[in-house]
Amino acid sequence: MSLGFALTILLDGISYGMVLFIISVGLTITMGLMRLVNLAHGSFAMIGGYIAGYLTQGGTNFYVALLVAAIIPGILGGLAEVTVFRPLYRKAELSQVLLTIGIVFVSTAAVTVIFGAFPYPVVFPEYLTKPVDIGFRTYPAYRLFLIAVGGVVAIVLWYLIENSLYGAKLRAAVDNPRMARAVGMNVNVLFTGTFMVGCALAGLGGAMGAGIMSLEPSYALKYVVLFLVVVIVGGEGSFKGSFVAAMSLGIIDTVGKYFFSQAAPYLLYVAVFILLLWRPQGLMPAKSVA
Amino acid sequence: MTVTSALSVRGLNKSFGALVVAQAIDVELAPGARVGLIGPNGAGKTTFVNLLTGFLKPDSGTIALEGTPIEAMSPEMRVQRGLARTHQINTLLREDTARDNVAIAIAERKKYAWRMMRYTPQWKHCTEQADALLRDMGIADVGSRQVRELPYGQQRLLEIAIALALKPRVLLLDEPAAGVPSEEAHRIHDVLAKLPSDIAILIIEHDMEVIFRFAREIIVLLQGRVLTRGAPAQIKDDPEVRAVYLGRTVV
Amino acid sequence: MTKPSSTTTLAPAALAPISKLWATVGHVLPWAIAIGFFFVAEGSLSIGTQIMIWILFALSLDLILGYAGIVTLGHAAFFGVGAYAAGLFSIHFSPDPLIGHIFAIVVSGLLGLVTGALILHTTGVTFLMLTLATVSLIFEFGNQTRWLTGGDDGLQGMRVDPIFGMFEFNIFGQTAYVYALVVLFIWFLFSWRLMHSPFGRSLDGIRQNSRRMRAIGTPVWWRLLAIYGISAAMAGSAGALLAHSTRFVGLSSLSLLTSGIVTVMLILGGTRKLYGAFIGAAIYYLVQDSTAKINPHFWEFIVGGMLIITVLFLEGGLMDLGRIGRRLISRFRQRSDLP
Repeated sequence: MSLGFALTILLDGISYGMVLFIISVGLTITMGLMRLVNLAHGSFAMIGGYIAGYLTQGGTNFYVALLVAAIIPGILGGLAEVTVFRPLYRKAELSQVLLTIGIVFVSTAAVTVIFGAFPYPVVFPEYLTKPVDIGFRTYPAYRLFLIAVGGVVAIVLWYLIENSLYGAKLRAAVDNPRMARAVGMNVNVLFTGTFMVGCALAGLGGAMGAGIMSLEPSYALKYVVLFLVVVIVGGEGSFKGSFVAAMSLGIIDTVGKYFFSQAAPYLLYVAVFILLLWRPQGLMPAKSVA
Repeated sequence: MTVTSALSVRGLNKSFGALVVAQAIDVELAPGARVGLIGPNGAGKTTFVNLLTGFLKPDSGTIALEGTPIEAMSPEMRVQRGLARTHQINTLLREDTARDNVAIAIAERKKYAWRMMRYTPQWKHCTEQADALLRDMGIADVGSRQVRELPYGQQRLLEIAIALALKPRVLLLDEPAAGVPSEEAHRIHDVLAKLPSDIAILIIEHDMEVIFRFAREIIVLLQGRVLTRGAPAQIKDDPEVRAVYLGRTVV
Repeated sequence: MTKPSSTTTLAPAALAPISKLWATVGHVLPWAIAIGFFFVAEGSLSIGTQIMIWILFALSLDLILGYAGIVTLGHAAFFGVGAYAAGLFSIHFSPDPLIGHIFAIVVSGLLGLVTGALILHTTGVTFLMLTLATVSLIFEFGNQTRWLTGGDDGLQGMRVDPIFGMFEFNIFGQTAYVYALVVLFIWFLFSWRLMHSPFGRSLDGIRQNSRRMRAIGTPVWWRLLAIYGISAAMAGSAGALLAHSTRFVGLSSLSLLTSGIVTVMLILGGTRKLYGAFIGAAIYYLVQDSTAKINPHFWEFIVGGMLIITVLFLEGGLMDLGRIGRRLISRFRQRSDLP
């Protein structure tokens, strides 16, 4: 196997992993922060994707469309947090699973009724659809774009969590929510804000990643397993863990598709299965977000 | 072979990293013993109970129940062999009736709990025994009531009733009177006084009055070690004990 | 109030005093409807068969999710594997439906025991994820092994002999209906006995407080494993009914969506009541059937909405509506009794 080929696979895996990371990172933090089992996270990614698809098909600038695809799911996420999620925090896991699955069903139906049952494309700008020369070979510009944006998002988030006041509060609240409340932190605002950011990122990821994870009404249910796997494998509430997990899953899945195209779909689940049995708390069961 | 010891703990050690929570603890309980375990908060009392019941694994040391080593057994096996406990914080089936809480324990002891079909006579037997036990403890009237509706003091009694339903050889009472309002506490004291005399009992309690009335031997735990042990009168007068513990609670 | 008899104590959730008459009516009604339906609904018996299959599937979920408190999203794995086992058995070994049915029960039961043994020591989100991984794994397996399962075209070409060599599966679906009804009734009696047995009580205890159960010496893991296997076998039985009555097995029977749907049914009807599965499956199916005519995806909207409302406002499922109604009536009576 040539080095160039190996690098190509690696790039494919990383770009896929970046999409997984952008979508899942919000879920990681909200699950760690609020101890909420949220199966509806994929719905926000799907909504973002469809918005971007609708806008770009209508001729709107791609980057404007991305921005809108992040803002609207963010606002919807905020509304959902205040109305339906907040009463859920104190309820049993089962209730959380059920309600969030209910949201998945509703959003799936809504998307089908509005946009139809067929795959719905996002129109990418022309320069992203072409291959570019990266020295040893040509490589799709789209995937390089994913890696670049994913990298920027990861660094910005990491910086915010490590260095901002918001990040400090977030870390404190994940470590010990009760203590955070006791010292007078407005946990409700923190939760809502975090939820909005998480959903906005999901929307962005859904829109950007539409070239890899194609948009269709079953999106929310189909991929939520993958997003949850990133969270659980990385360790709930662990920012670094989710990055490592997303990259690993992206690469494992890509390698699987290249070499064991028959067995690829199970490889991922077998890996998850073994990993969870081996380390039920995830790869990096960090008590803190960082 | 005659068994001279109900529970025998030798050289029990446990630490979490650098934090030593149990250090060379030796405890002997003869059949029918009444031993009190005291010590300030963080002395390792709860850790000791968890080591005995099997929710923690000791780093070294042996635990024998009526001569049989049990330190490698699962918590369930230890219970089946006759080591029962009550909980400091009520651990009950809150949606069930008081009677059913006891009956389920009896069914478990009598190995009926695996029965899936043709069980009516056995289950009836269990509920009758449960009623009898509740009657003995003076709470026959609460049998049909849901646990979550019961006053706190009666829930504490139910904790003891469930443990007794297991017909244990050794019983660990983890602060049986904790949180019980003083006007109700006498009922707990009465029940403690009437516990079957052949059961070896280790009681952990913050209320010194209860301990000194109930226990015939007292072990003082400090920082995971046995500080001293002896008859209640001896402990009461021990200057070291007074310094670390009693001086602050008993006048 | 009558003195509660200790021998026939109902499931703890059902402690509210219900008069004996009402209880009898409650027991007879669903079966009377099912039998009556056979005579009045000539053209649409197959809908009745479908509903009963889903009831059985939801009933099997009630045993683990309702009583034992095992929160799973992987139950479709057993339903689908049961269906495929029955289908493959009829194609490759014998078209006898009863032998095929038993084969399906054994296969799915064993699958339940094996996967349960691997994952039941975990709890919470980790367990949930493992059930998701299990069902996804089996789904992909079914999708990939086209030579065996037909992949996403589904399993076709099943032959099903008449039951006992006498009752042929005809186009009117009478045999299938009666077959499903009998199977459902047997499983229901079994479940009823099981959940009121000491074994069933101990499961309910584990759901309420597994620490308490360990403290009385309950081997929690073994109990959960036992009910997981039983429930998987039951779900497989429902799958076999589906395969035999439609002579077709679709890949969707293994999908996560199927797990979701059966959970919705159970929750709508109410957990830990056994009859909750009846109400939930029937209502779900009828809502789906009628709304799908308006728009093929409208039902998903309705079901999702029902789910959200149930969680937020009706903890005990739709059967709670009855209880709320009774409470209101009795309050009204009390008030009118006053001088």
